[in-house]
Amino acid sequence: MLDVKSDPIEQAVRQVLGSLAGDMTTTEASLLAELEALGSEVRRAKSEMAALRVDDIGASHIPRATDELDAVVEHTANATNEILDVCEGLEAMQARVAPAEAEKLASAVTRIYEACSFQDITGQRISKVVSALKAIEARVSSVTARFAPATELPPLIAAVPITLATEGRALANGPQMPGAASSQAEIDKLLASFD
Amino acid sequence: MDKNMNVLIVDDYKTMLRIIRNLLKQLEFDNVEEATDGTEALAKLRAGNFGLVISDWNMEPMTGLDLLKEVRADARLKTLPFIMITAESKTENVVAAKQAGVSNYIVKPFNAETLREKIEKVLVHA
Repeated sequence: MLDVKSDPIEQAVRQVLGSLAGDMTTTEASLLAELEALGSEVRRAKSEMAALRVDDIGASHIPRATDELDAVVEHTANATNEILDVCEGLEAMQARVAPAEAEKLASAVTRIYEACSFQDITGQRISKVVSALKAIEARVSSVTARFAPATELPPLIAAVPITLATEGRALANGPQMPGAASSQAEIDKLLASFD
Repeated sequence: MDKNMNVLIVDDYKTMLRIIRNLLKQLEFDNVEEATDGTEALAKLRAGNFGLVISDWNMEPMTGLDLLKEVRADARLKTLPFIMITAESKTENVVAAKQAGVSNYIVKPFNAETLREKIEKVLVHA
């Protein structure tokens, strides 16, 4: 009688072994034994996968990681706005200081404004990381669905849809890595080639 | 160059809007309005009287490139100077923007001198 709790592969192998007992050659018996062992390995792997609690990745780890990244964006935005508040205060003081000092103050404030644009670039880079994490989450969910026992499956997470409805959206890739990005001079040269 | 003109700046990062507004103020452009995506920008452009648009590319729901195409397709707005300020620095992005009719293209992070230079160049040719 078949063990209903065992793996279907193992069940099939046992069934074949039972039906062929006494009629098999040594090679056939060895092959079937190998298949039986393989079935046991598959069953063990499934148990181990269930024990790994891969559903925690989707249920806890990735949402926590994306929340942390959102908090990074929020904190840097708050800090940048604080810096901008101070800069605007310094600009308001320019009229009350000597012209030469006012010019130095204006130059320093401009450099701070330029530097503060980092927040936009880091925000866009973090958004790309969040998208990558969500793609990993969907892949993990898909693999889990294929191998884990049905009773232990977390709800399947849909892959993040990629909308390419317009040319603008299709070409929106965010900041390039430093080595791959075109410089302003290269872009100016490219634009000039159209004239 | 008429520095009293209305300038529309478009970016989904409020901090970036604030930085560009302050840099424009230093260049003596005081009449600056803001929008946080292409859809809002297009509504403001159709309702108002602007002399320059400075727009980001990567915004939801309408991107800067799609805004540019809408602007160029609008009989009243089609000659409006349009500068793209974006982190999108691939050649294909610059080519697509140029083909759509962009007046100039600034890659982020940028400096105040680049902004001044591009605005002057665009407005002289307007």
